[in-house]
Amino acid sequence: MSAPPSGEPLLTVEDLRVSFATEEGIVQAVEGVSLSLRPGEILAVVGESGSGKSVTAMTLMGLTRSPNARFEGTAHYKGTELVHASEDELRRVRGAEIAMIFQDPMTSLNPVMRIGAQIVEQIQEHEALPDQQAKERAVELLDKVGIPRARERIDNYPFEFSGGMRQRVMIALALSCNPSVLIADEPTTALDVTIQAQILQRMRELRDETGAAIILVTHDLGVVADIADRIAVMYSGRIVEQGTLDEIFYDPQHPYTWGLLGSIARVDRPRPERLPAIAGLPPSLANRPDGCHFRPRCPHEFSKCVEVPPLETRVQGEPGHRDRCWLGPDDKKERREVRPGEIGLEAKSEAGAA
Amino acid sequence: MATEPATETTLQGPAAWEAEAEREHVHGLGPWKLGLRRLRRNKIALLFGFLFILLVAACIAAPLWADKVAKTTANANHLSDTITVDGKEKNVVGLDGVPVGPQWWKADGKFFLGADRNGRDIMVRLLYGGRNSLEIGVVAAVITTILSIILGLVAGYFRGPADVVIRALLDVMWSFPVIILGVALGVALALGGLKLGPIKLAGDSLAIPIFIIGLVYVPYMARPVRGQVLSLREKEFVEAARAQGAGPIRIMFTEVLPNLASTMIVFFTLLIANAILLEAALSFLGAGVQPPSPSWGTMIDEGVDRIATAPHLAVVPGVMLVLTVLSLNVFGDGVRDALDPRAKVRLER
Amino acid sequence: MGRFIVRRVLQMGFVMFAVSLLTFFIFNVIPNGDPAVRMAGRQPTETQIEAIRKEWGFNDNIFVQYFTMMKKVFTGDLVSYFTQLPVGDEIVKGLPRTLSLAIGAALLWMFVAICFGLYSAMRAGKFADRFLTIIALIGISMPVFWIGALMNYYLGYKAGLFPNGGYVEFSKDPIDWAYHLILPWTALAILFIGFYSRVLRSNVLDTINEDYVRTARAKGLTERQIMVRHVLRNSLIPIVTLWGLDFGAVVGGGAILTETVFDLQGVGQYAADAVGQLDVPPVLATTLFAAFFIVLLNAVVDIVYAYLDPRIRLQ
Repeated sequence: MSAPPSGEPLLTVEDLRVSFATEEGIVQAVEGVSLSLRPGEILAVVGESGSGKSVTAMTLMGLTRSPNARFEGTAHYKGTELVHASEDELRRVRGAEIAMIFQDPMTSLNPVMRIGAQIVEQIQEHEALPDQQAKERAVELLDKVGIPRARERIDNYPFEFSGGMRQRVMIALALSCNPSVLIADEPTTALDVTIQAQILQRMRELRDETGAAIILVTHDLGVVADIADRIAVMYSGRIVEQGTLDEIFYDPQHPYTWGLLGSIARVDRPRPERLPAIAGLPPSLANRPDGCHFRPRCPHEFSKCVEVPPLETRVQGEPGHRDRCWLGPDDKKERREVRPGEIGLEAKSEAGAA
Repeated sequence: MATEPATETTLQGPAAWEAEAEREHVHGLGPWKLGLRRLRRNKIALLFGFLFILLVAACIAAPLWADKVAKTTANANHLSDTITVDGKEKNVVGLDGVPVGPQWWKADGKFFLGADRNGRDIMVRLLYGGRNSLEIGVVAAVITTILSIILGLVAGYFRGPADVVIRALLDVMWSFPVIILGVALGVALALGGLKLGPIKLAGDSLAIPIFIIGLVYVPYMARPVRGQVLSLREKEFVEAARAQGAGPIRIMFTEVLPNLASTMIVFFTLLIANAILLEAALSFLGAGVQPPSPSWGTMIDEGVDRIATAPHLAVVPGVMLVLTVLSLNVFGDGVRDALDPRAKVRLER
Repeated sequence: MGRFIVRRVLQMGFVMFAVSLLTFFIFNVIPNGDPAVRMAGRQPTETQIEAIRKEWGFNDNIFVQYFTMMKKVFTGDLVSYFTQLPVGDEIVKGLPRTLSLAIGAALLWMFVAICFGLYSAMRAGKFADRFLTIIALIGISMPVFWIGALMNYYLGYKAGLFPNGGYVEFSKDPIDWAYHLILPWTALAILFIGFYSRVLRSNVLDTINEDYVRTARAKGLTERQIMVRHVLRNSLIPIVTLWGLDFGAVVGGGAILTETVFDLQGVGQYAADAVGQLDVPPVLATTLFAAFFIVLLNAVVDIVYAYLDPRIRLQ
């Protein structure tokens, strides 16, 4: 990897809370999320569907605003507060400072508008560039993301591109105004695994070239291991663990993280009889358990778990490594090793007590 | 909510999920129950649905009114009769040819809504005419629905030559504007009636407008049905049924048809509304219900001629028509909203 | 694009042929009884009937009948048995009136429907939306001939605000021409305004939730730019085709009712009068005319749609 990210945080999110009024009642999608992002850093936000990761990402750009949404907390970006900003302030930031790549490239581009026009539209919104020059820049961008024959294809319509190509177009679009932050919401989920690798590679190269910071929202830990600098694991609206890539993968502190790691099929291990999965389902968004949300699925639950565990540093020597589990660090080390050298989430049988 | 620790490591896979769902008291509400619940909350749609039922009931009760209250029939002329109002005698049809206006209860319910130029009781004709108009509307809608389902299913499911032929047929029918086709058929059949093989109909049979209207709307419904069948056909559950060895007829009935049901229900209510309007238009032009049988369309036709002297002749059947069609439209709209899974902006705090 | 047009035109020719067959079928094959008697209208004489039989070839086989009918229609050899006037001439005379009515109403309804529909969509769920929806529903529930007759009577005859029906040539006096058409335009447009405003509202609401609108917002565009460039444009495309079809249907037949009520003497009224007399040649000719017009417009509409939505023409 290139030079490690450094400097003052670019984006600081403090205690973000997002709730929606629905037919079934009030849904708290995001419950007190705090993050920080430094220039050039790739932060991965990992979680299942319904964990609140996408809502968090989209709220940073004000894309979740609607009559039945309520927001609390703050997100500071270069001096501007985003959560309660006016539409005008947000518009200034969108595209030019913070840009987003969405999950489904098929539907995220206007089907009846040429892709060149769509990129030019964003450029001209933020910079007073005449048509010809804006188009030139668009061609360069397409070239940079790896679209062959960019000059000819710039006048094509989205349906004339394959899925992977379309996602590259979206990346080109996102980068068109040189944003400082790129938010990628499951950018590779709708794509083939082979294309996935290419797209991620491209994103990392772009980070190296432009110094942009990236928030990568995904449910796939495999993707994360490739390019993330730091990871935040979300479950049921809360961050349950956050730390550097190495800290999360080699010293995970939260049982949910153990479950995630344990459920990855490993090529370098003998094949298990059954793919390990975390038993149970995430709680329904409108009806969560008191205290730690992960309680019903956690084999290590004990009496203290009915109190909400705060997100704190509990490991000596790893100041940036926080988690929400009441268990002591030594206890965790013991419980997470379900088999020698293997991390996972299973209840210990009496016979196998280490 | 569930506080039992998940130590049942014996239960894995789907069984564990089921148990979980049980504990969380998540009961899947099928789309119909959900739709019904949403419909119940839509007071306006329910109100208009009720209004429609009232109107239908009133028309069904036509003989009751005719016998007990108005004491006449739909076609009986009272040109030279008089009625007693406030102790005075009034001509049903004045010497200047102007019929009497709505009497309401002043003459014991006779000529409740007035008389027409032939001295016939408008209220009685309205109710009997309503019977005709409604009968035509509903039966035509049924015919359209059945034909559309058959054509749409066959074309959409089997594709190939059947699809090409059906589509061509629909294209051609679609090219005839509804009114012109209705008029053309109406004129052609009015004099001599219909003779198609074993089917024989007299020129003034109600079956003729029913058949015309039912036929005319087929392309409007068959196309969307075909479109839906096309997309349903590709869905996994149809493939699964096919893999299980189910034949095409079975698949069409058990997999495809139920999924079409919500579209069809909405379409059906709207079809009735449009059929009633079309019947009125055709009758107005003389190509629908033939005189002297009453229908709202014929009544409006007769009324428009005399609108200057006796406006109630046109206004009354028109208002009745509008109310009926409106109630169907509002209710149908409510049903569509209720069955549509993509509930748009609904709740605000 | 060129290939698409050629294909579409060929298809159009085929459909027109099929339409002519169907018309023939309707008039000569389905009905019961002697076609010559039917053709002769009410109270014909024996000599009339015999003459008709010869003229139309009813003594010959069905193919000859079809050809004779088509020949008569296309060579303008049709004469009304009731008015004794050539059908072709009457249609040509009535066409500008029908077109005036149809085009004016179509533009009116389109404009108003877009305004209502867009406003409704932007205030979705609120009172304004519900109110406009009820208005629209009332609009589509009213028979055009009834509301037209009432408007003509109350606003024209009684209140004297508008002329009491009739038509004035555009070339003679454009202002008066428009003045006479305001009520008919409105009556005809009411139904379509109701329908189209709801379709547009529905399209706009669907489009607003599309992913690409979210992308547009993420670009930093203003709400107005998003509405116009992305939402409205994409919502209107399906409406354009509907509009074309309905316009064809109005010229082809819907205008009948309005013309009759307002006494505009267009092609529609001509057909309506003939219907009343059971006078077949005009009804036959206007049926074919109407159907052909619609087929033509269908083709035009498809071509325009292919132009607007590149997915259609390039796949």
